[in-house]
Amino acid sequence: MARFLACGDSALTVELGQGISPEINARVTALSALISEARLPGVRELVPAYCSLTVQYDPEQTSHTQLTAALTELCGHLDGPAAAAGALVELPVLYGGFCGPDLGFVAQNAGLSPDEVIGIHSKTDYLIYMLGFTPGFPYLGGMDGRIAAPRLQTPRVRIPAGSVGIAGEQTGVYPIASPGGWQIIGRTPLRLFDPQREQPFLLSAGQKVRFVPIDEAEYRRLGGSDEPC
Amino acid sequence: MLTVLKAGMMTSVQDGGRMGWQRFGVPVCGAMDPEALAIANILCGNDEAEAALELTGAGCAVRFESPNIFALSGADFSPRLNGVPVETGRAVLAKKGDILETGFAKMGFRGILAVAGGFDLPPVMGSRSTDLKGRFGGFEGRLLRDGDVLPFRDAQLWLPNLPDRRADLLRGSADAPLRVVLGPQDDSFSPHGIKTFLSGTYTVTSKSDRMGYRLEGPKIEYAKDKDGNIISDGIVMGAVQVPSGQPIVMMADRQTTGGYAKIAVVITPDLGRIAQMAAGHPLRFTAVTQEEAEELTRAWKKDLRRLRAALDEETVLW
Repeated sequence: MARFLACGDSALTVELGQGISPEINARVTALSALISEARLPGVRELVPAYCSLTVQYDPEQTSHTQLTAALTELCGHLDGPAAAAGALVELPVLYGGFCGPDLGFVAQNAGLSPDEVIGIHSKTDYLIYMLGFTPGFPYLGGMDGRIAAPRLQTPRVRIPAGSVGIAGEQTGVYPIASPGGWQIIGRTPLRLFDPQREQPFLLSAGQKVRFVPIDEAEYRRLGGSDEPC
Repeated sequence: MLTVLKAGMMTSVQDGGRMGWQRFGVPVCGAMDPEALAIANILCGNDEAEAALELTGAGCAVRFESPNIFALSGADFSPRLNGVPVETGRAVLAKKGDILETGFAKMGFRGILAVAGGFDLPPVMGSRSTDLKGRFGGFEGRLLRDGDVLPFRDAQLWLPNLPDRRADLLRGSADAPLRVVLGPQDDSFSPHGIKTFLSGTYTVTSKSDRMGYRLEGPKIEYAKDKDGNIISDGIVMGAVQVPSGQPIVMMADRQTTGGYAKIAVVITPDLGRIAQMAAGHPLRFTAVTQEEAEELTRAWKKDLRRLRAALDEETVLW
């Protein structure tokens, strides 16, 4: 079932399926947890992705051959009782206004009212398939296709940290301010990434995210910024 | 401490990399030439992964505000201490007020300037490497500028064999092909494509930086029914992505995951050789097996330890 792919002399990638699905991704999360528990000698770092896990190792302490044997054994324990569902993280979001200038377009594009878009966007629990692209950026799955929207024709130069956007069939949150072409519908006042914090990240792969609509007073109480989009 | 008098083209603080956070999407960063970092640090009596200054292309000038031992490794920047040439690959004691100047890089493109005891900069998420894109770590998360002052953490005035504490880079000929292990997605390429990759001469383009080296050369053919895209997975340093048939060697500031098929990965002991190539440099690849690559990396790490042991062995005076 699992395929072991060589990644040079200090890493290998375990492929646990081909495709983007919650089932395959749950196996990635489960294997990641099993490896951490097993404390395999020489394993330095794990990088979970949609359907694979890259295992970085110290070739002075282990080898591709030894690790493949140990990981094959662990992969045998992935199909037991369904892996416990990842924790649910609630992200408060101020939709529309200066925080979500594209909410109107997304609604118009979908033939819905802005409130209906907010209702649809905030009712789903989104699976975090993986983090990547920038520190703390969650690749989320499960958005309702009714609120899909094309990317902006001209990307914005600066999208404030915390901005919640839609691009095609995907939704996501910008952990740090960056340029981008997503349709921005709201913003969370919470900081997804703060390198100075003891736990720099709010989210991790395998968890679920739910967006909770808040009003502007609550947004300000939680420390949301005034920065325009 | 030292004061940066002239920051140069692109000088940043880098160590062995920010490990342990790739699962959250944090790039590893760190020195582009891990061997030069290790050797400069060994010369200074430091841990191999200690933070040092990475110089690029054109050099810089620094003034030692307090004495400390320093060492340069990597490219030859024709260093001069108070106007007098000093050797690259040698530990030297700088006195208070001494000015170390470096010129343009020869025989390479990047250099490491390490100081004994390292720099007293706050580690961010366990590392002193500068994440230039994320703007954190190193010195205020940015390239060094004229006037920056970097405090020493544990300056030293003496190290064993200081009068003759030298070390060259371990690697041999700069023209030898870069050794790679095929995979993780070599099956995305046709046998002809793999042959092209392993026999062609590629040139470093000007669109190369700390994130990756974009190469130009014979177009690499994908396998039938493959287009070079994959479902995103982890990317290690030295991985060779092939978008549109042209290779990109992913380097220190690479993103943690990506969606292009990777035909091969450069072996660890050869990573520093790429870092020394400027635009226009030709290069070739040759394949070794996964087992050979592990063996070569083990031997390389052993050689670094052996070098340290030799340098640290006290000469007994009778």
